[in-house]
Amino acid sequence: MGTQAIAADVVRVRVPERSIRHDLRAVKIVLHRELIRFWHDRMRMVAGLLQPVLWLLVMGTGLSSLLRTGGGNVDLKTFIFPGVLAMSVLFTAMFSAGSIVWDREFGFLREMLVAPVSRTAIVVGKCFGGAVVATCQGVFILLLAGLAGVPYSPLLLLTLIGEMFLGAFALTGFGVMMAARIKSMQSFFAIMQMAMMPMLFLSGALYPLAGLPAWLSLLTRLNPLTYAIDPLRHAVFSHLDINPALARAFNPGVTWNGWHVPVGLELIMVVVMGVGLMLIAIAEFRGSE
Amino acid sequence: MSTGEFAGATAPGKLGEAVVVEGLTKRFGDIEAVRGIDITVATGEIFGFLGPNGAGKSTTINMLCTLLTPTAGRARVAGFDVRSQRDDVRRNIGLVFQDPTVDGYLSGEQNLRFHAELYGVPKAVVGDRMRQVLEMVGLWDRRGDRVETYSGGMKRRLEIARGLLHSPRVLFLDEPTVGLDPQTRKSIWDYIQQLKNNEDITIFMTTHYMDEAEYCDRIAIIDSGRIVALGTPEALKASVGKDRVRIETADDETAIAALKEHFDLEAAVHEGEVTFAVSSGEEFVPRLFAELGVPIKSVSVSRPSLDDVFMSYTGSTIRDAEGSANDWMRMAFRARR
Repeated sequence: MGTQAIAADVVRVRVPERSIRHDLRAVKIVLHRELIRFWHDRMRMVAGLLQPVLWLLVMGTGLSSLLRTGGGNVDLKTFIFPGVLAMSVLFTAMFSAGSIVWDREFGFLREMLVAPVSRTAIVVGKCFGGAVVATCQGVFILLLAGLAGVPYSPLLLLTLIGEMFLGAFALTGFGVMMAARIKSMQSFFAIMQMAMMPMLFLSGALYPLAGLPAWLSLLTRLNPLTYAIDPLRHAVFSHLDINPALARAFNPGVTWNGWHVPVGLELIMVVVMGVGLMLIAIAEFRGSE
Repeated sequence: MSTGEFAGATAPGKLGEAVVVEGLTKRFGDIEAVRGIDITVATGEIFGFLGPNGAGKSTTINMLCTLLTPTAGRARVAGFDVRSQRDDVRRNIGLVFQDPTVDGYLSGEQNLRFHAELYGVPKAVVGDRMRQVLEMVGLWDRRGDRVETYSGGMKRRLEIARGLLHSPRVLFLDEPTVGLDPQTRKSIWDYIQQLKNNEDITIFMTTHYMDEAEYCDRIAIIDSGRIVALGTPEALKASVGKDRVRIETADDETAIAALKEHFDLEAAVHEGEVTFAVSSGEEFVPRLFAELGVPIKSVSVSRPSLDDVFMSYTGSTIRDAEGSANDWMRMAFRARR
């Protein structure tokens, strides 16, 4: 019989019981999808480059003339470079996290939520995917290091990439946590805009964190982004050949009540924050139907 | 199993039950979207769930596929409880939603690959199986193109292919043909028939197209969260019992008055013809010619359609029921997603 002949050819699939290996496959594919989308979306990549270039070349150059009267041989562009790196990572990470809201609006989130796979795997995949994508964007900015007078030392580049990844991970965690509750794209970006600008201005992205008035000093210390940016600047300045007084002026580090917070601790704080935010996001997605 | 079977409906082939539902209820706040329904679907059946928007079809499907937790009642799908064995249910069902859930940025193949990984389809068979389902829905040649370049019908076919990728035992199709042109609807039905022959699968679907319900082995009519009728299309039509007679006359008004007077029949003009319902229409026609007293130009008698069935159980045509009331119920559900 005809139908039986066809039936014999049907490839049968048995979906296995849930296992760690299966969850890892899910993490990997969710992450992979973020990369494919990032790669397809070249406009986004280019647009993501434009803003940092403006900051570096226009703001950096413009303000440099102001600074020159104070003397010294540190280019303001060099100072601003780690801040610009952090900025582009921040924006890309938020954008990636926002894709959850997008997926919800366009229905794809359902495809993920009805799969026989733990929601933990999906959230972990999203967080790592966003972090990898944001780091990739950061790497493109890193190519511009020469323009800012930052040396292309392999060790420096590797350090910066590693630190950017940790920061990107924490920021994506924050974005995913927010995306779990926000149902529309418009409100997600409105809220993110509202959160990102103060975070940026109250971090060390655009000015050194020494000699600030007490209120501003306190706010910058409370801002998580501060601890993601300081290690970047520290790495850049440790590879510059300048006199120690100037280095101290431009790279004062972060102090708590006079105590200089070591870079290692800052990085640990970033990681703890990232993991914490991700756990909250996981709890939120598990709780939702 | 003696769960609410009416209208002489016996499930074909007692191979076992693919879906067993007992007293399933879902409440959203004060609204009772599904009010204690009972259904049994046999393995290998195409089971249709028929009703206007907002009648509770999607809510029921969402409970059966573990997306919503029932307020009360029990449901087993592919032998697993939808509440306590969520993952087992999910592994054994395929879903095609009413609203698109494919990623337009990915190619057709990438969408399927994503699905295969999420469902843990063994790597050794992914390639063959993918080819098989894509060929079945006629998208093998377009597999490398981004889904955003697909037409509406192609997207729906891709979703069906994806829903089948992991060889589910029960395939849920929520309005699989809504918003598609007649030709595409026809081809999707061809796939569904083909599936039934080839894949040894149970299909549970919702629709609000009456003509599509004819393809089902059995249908349940749901209205305001309750099942009002259940049986094979033929049995349901027989239960209505009346044929529809349409006549063209020289003077419609006199004809209607005469029908009322001589036969006590309520008639009305639909699409230029005097229309009325009568049991055993063929036997009635000779009397009609003899006794009406108004010249008749033409006459036609038709067996009851599912439209008539729907009308007799719910008191309105499905299109009338459509626009009214319950749309907000669906919106209330969407807001919850």
